[in-house]
Amino acid sequence: MSTGLLYALAGVLLFVLGAAGVVVLAHLLRKILAFNVMGSGAFLVLVGLAQREGVVDPVPQAMVLTGIVVAVAATALALGLARALHARTGRTGLSEGARLD
Amino acid sequence: MTLNEALPLAVLASSLVPGLVIFALPEERVGWRTALNLFGAVSKLAFVAWLLIGVQAGETYGFRHTVLPGIELMFKADALALLFVTLSTLLWLFTTVYAIGYLEGSPHRSRFFGFFSLCVTSTVGLAMAGNLYTFFVFYELLTLSTFPLVVHRGTAQAMRGGTVYLAYTLAGGALLLTGIVWLHGLIGQVEFTHGGVVAALGPDRAAQLKLIFLLLIAGVGVKAAIVPLHGWLPQAMVAPAPVSALLHAVAVVKAGAFGIARIVYEVYGVEYAQSLGLLVPLAILASVTIVWGSFRALFQDDLKKRLAYSTVSQVSYIALGVALFGPVGTVGGLAHLVHQGIMKITLFFCAGNYAETLGIHKVSEMDGAGRRMPWTTVAFSIGALGMMGAPLTAGAVSKAWLADGAEAAGLNWAVWVLWTSSLLNAAYFLPILWRAWVRRPPPAWPDEHIPARGRRETAWLLLAPPLITAAAVLVAGVFAEAPWSPLAWARLIAKREYLEWAP
Amino acid sequence: MTEAWLDPAAWLILLPLSWASLTFLAGPGRGGRLAIAALAVQCALALGLALEVAATGARVHAVGGWGAPLGIDLLADGLSAVMLLLTQAVALPIAVYAQAYFTDAHHRQEATWFWPLAGFLIAAMNALFLSADLFNLYVTLELLGLAAVGLVALGGGAAQIAAAMRYLLVSLVASGAYLLGVALIYGSYGTVAIATLGPLIGQGPPLAIWLAAGLMAAGLAAKSALFPFHFWLPPAHGGAPAPVSALLSALVVKASFYLVLRLWLGPFAPLAQTAAALAGALGAAAILWGSWQALRTRHIKRLVAWSTVAQLGYLFLVFPLLAADGAALQAGVMQAVAHGLAKAAMFAAAGVLMLATGRDTLEGLAGVAGRVPLTLFAFGLAGVTIMGLPPSGGFLAKWLLIDAALVSGQWGWVVVIIAGGLLAAGYVFRVLRQAFLVVPGDTGFQPVPRRLEWMAFVLATASVLLGLRGVELMALLNGPGDGQPIS
Repeated sequence: MSTGLLYALAGVLLFVLGAAGVVVLAHLLRKILAFNVMGSGAFLVLVGLAQREGVVDPVPQAMVLTGIVVAVAATALALGLARALHARTGRTGLSEGARLD
Repeated sequence: MTLNEALPLAVLASSLVPGLVIFALPEERVGWRTALNLFGAVSKLAFVAWLLIGVQAGETYGFRHTVLPGIELMFKADALALLFVTLSTLLWLFTTVYAIGYLEGSPHRSRFFGFFSLCVTSTVGLAMAGNLYTFFVFYELLTLSTFPLVVHRGTAQAMRGGTVYLAYTLAGGALLLTGIVWLHGLIGQVEFTHGGVVAALGPDRAAQLKLIFLLLIAGVGVKAAIVPLHGWLPQAMVAPAPVSALLHAVAVVKAGAFGIARIVYEVYGVEYAQSLGLLVPLAILASVTIVWGSFRALFQDDLKKRLAYSTVSQVSYIALGVALFGPVGTVGGLAHLVHQGIMKITLFFCAGNYAETLGIHKVSEMDGAGRRMPWTTVAFSIGALGMMGAPLTAGAVSKAWLADGAEAAGLNWAVWVLWTSSLLNAAYFLPILWRAWVRRPPPAWPDEHIPARGRRETAWLLLAPPLITAAAVLVAGVFAEAPWSPLAWARLIAKREYLEWAP
Repeated sequence: MTEAWLDPAAWLILLPLSWASLTFLAGPGRGGRLAIAALAVQCALALGLALEVAATGARVHAVGGWGAPLGIDLLADGLSAVMLLLTQAVALPIAVYAQAYFTDAHHRQEATWFWPLAGFLIAAMNALFLSADLFNLYVTLELLGLAAVGLVALGGGAAQIAAAMRYLLVSLVASGAYLLGVALIYGSYGTVAIATLGPLIGQGPPLAIWLAAGLMAAGLAAKSALFPFHFWLPPAHGGAPAPVSALLSALVVKASFYLVLRLWLGPFAPLAQTAAALAGALGAAAILWGSWQALRTRHIKRLVAWSTVAQLGYLFLVFPLLAADGAALQAGVMQAVAHGLAKAAMFAAAGVLMLATGRDTLEGLAGVAGRVPLTLFAFGLAGVTIMGLPPSGGFLAKWLLIDAALVSGQWGWVVVIIAGGLLAAGYVFRVLRQAFLVVPGDTGFQPVPRRLEWMAFVLATASVLLGLRGVELMALLNGPGDGQPIS
């Protein structure tokens, strides 16, 4: 098993754990952290599969950099919204009862 | 654009444009609104007269517009179209005058007349439709433009009536659409052609064609109030009298009957439809409706509901005429399209007069109405006698042709149906006439809005239209053999539909 | 061939990015005027691009002069041109609407944020329709999502923030799945350019590609609020201010549908068969469930939002029909365009109704017909398209869909389409009936700026007029001469 494949599998595992976390965890901060784990998983897959015959491929690294920037921006927005929600209602989670009106 | 292309569009525009302008008018501009309405009606009449002369001479008028590759909006003003167009245009003029009188002082008149104009545009567009696609477009537009008129009064009862109306007509439209798209898939554009277009498909498609016929007839049958799809018509009587008069006695139900005529004659072709065995079931369905409608009318005390069930019954005379294989039946059915229109509108105008002037809504309240409102009751009597098929009236002429057509087609039981219906008509109209003319009037009318002034029994705007249409009933009956009568026009159409026949 | 620096494709992205930033600096008053002027220019650009594509076929613009694979290519073909036209055609009236909507006291704070976020949203949409490789699509998708979330939170209330949070989380998981799919594809083939992927996948895709296709499809379906991933849409679209809901329902959800269509018809075409029936089934479920919920809810904007869920189901019905008949693509595009115009009109009208009555409930509408007749007429016209009644664009779409279903012998979809139309009539007339009810006395309706009513009317009329002439749109879609749609 090449190292690339190992990284890729680890990435997929992280992705699954992160995605599950976003869906299952109740506290908003935990959801946001889980999202970051999920993103890291995807980046790991990109970088991991990017090594071809030992030569490093720069394109996926560029993609990952872009992805990190996007993830940072998204995290910032999510944190802002979580704070705003807490400030208005004192809640730290999206209440389940409000899901389908 | 040539003149022959522009004329059909002009007929449409003559009610569409005034209608759109009327929507924008403030409520108080009565003069402008009346002027626009009448201008539209008169100019439409002028264009229609031009078309009549041209089509009589053999000219063709049509217009095409491509919507999508393979789908065209197409108008064709042929003889059958003009039968319906002329009826609608003339009656629109009279109903506009009547409505101006009827709705005097009511709220939301701009909205009313705006949608009224849209309705007539839809009716005329439907009549002049040259293919099934165009027919469907205007068929649904008719539904959409009549709904605001049905619910015009805004009461909870009006809303309920409107909901029932929509449920039936939209469901019918859905069936019609399915049939049309299916047929389109089989033969491409379905243009209305004398002798039909589907015969070219060959016998292996016969089963599909029968199913499509069922869908199409069910779709138009809702508007034509064929049993068991007629339930909306009595409910729609919550609408104000001008709406019931023009739309539910003339435009909407005739649109359904007209659709049946177009489908049988110009999509399937009457010979091909007969060979598929489709005409006899249609005749049976029409006959059931004729008897059932008359039967239900016997038990209605509300005057407009009684007239509604009478309409259910009478419109199926047209369907019966179409289903009777043979030119005589065709002539009878098509002539009845016009005759029933003028007779029924007279009756509805009078019903509106009774309601507006004296607050009478029920048959049981009509004792002595003839003494108080003699002219209205004369008009009502002529209309009722026409319905019964009394001699000298238009109704007698079309019933005679229908009976002859039934014999010619070999369906002698249909003659019995016609007789039964005449008897039932007498059974539910004669008591009304008896009450109105013979019985003594009550000490006070339920709600006398318009007091009698000398010899004038009610407002002129309410009195003139029914008198004119009642006179037309007599003229169409007495002068049926004249070259310009509705009967003569029906014979012209039949001559062109059946390939070998001399009237 | 235009000079590179005059290329409309590039300006369609650069212009909204610029005015988004400038309006942030300029403030709501001047910002609004700037946005409207720029959108007018964008409309002209989109029209020019469409005419060029219709005449000479698809065209490519290499950003900065560096082409793929290291640089970014912008590809404009028939489908892109149609979607660009839709975006600009909806955005301009909504911008005019928004400028009048946000002027009263409540909304001044919202106006400050509306213009920059709307600008970024439109820039993202334009870029998305012009992108030619999968990763660029990811970037534009994320930008679109973040801008949309910001707009949802504009109202500032607890319910809106919660709705925005929910939308954000769904959006992020969905784009994350998409990104993983892109990663798997790059890992397998070493390229993300759509044009080159098609033949590569056609030669027999490994398991990783199946997984990638599934992930990307699921992610995009969630962004399009396809049943059962629709739960975020009614609170988000129903709670946002009217111009925001219009942009979201009319445009944003169409972007992810466009992507599904693009991928389905392009690189993933060999894999498409297996999922077609599933997409159709979910679409049917969306139509029925969305319409049912719209019939039950008491709030006007919630009703319109559930209507969006239902109408998006029609778009996904296209997939099982595509295999049998190319006309299904035309049906899908016509539906997307007609629905975009009609839904924007409906939300605009709903916004006017809420301003007039001061409430969001259907009961509050009783008797409003006399005060805002133009708005109700607009709502009615938009409803005609939603119901699929002639002579609207929605009717043409319905016709084409039924035709495709009957020709391919798939009867079940016909029943669903017809049922959807009748249910739509149910909820549209629910609103109209309430409005036409006559109530005694003056019910305290507020006056509403005329411009709001006119914008709703313009959008609604456009969706109806589309039904009178679809030839040019279809010609644009099919490209010059060959009749093959895209890619």
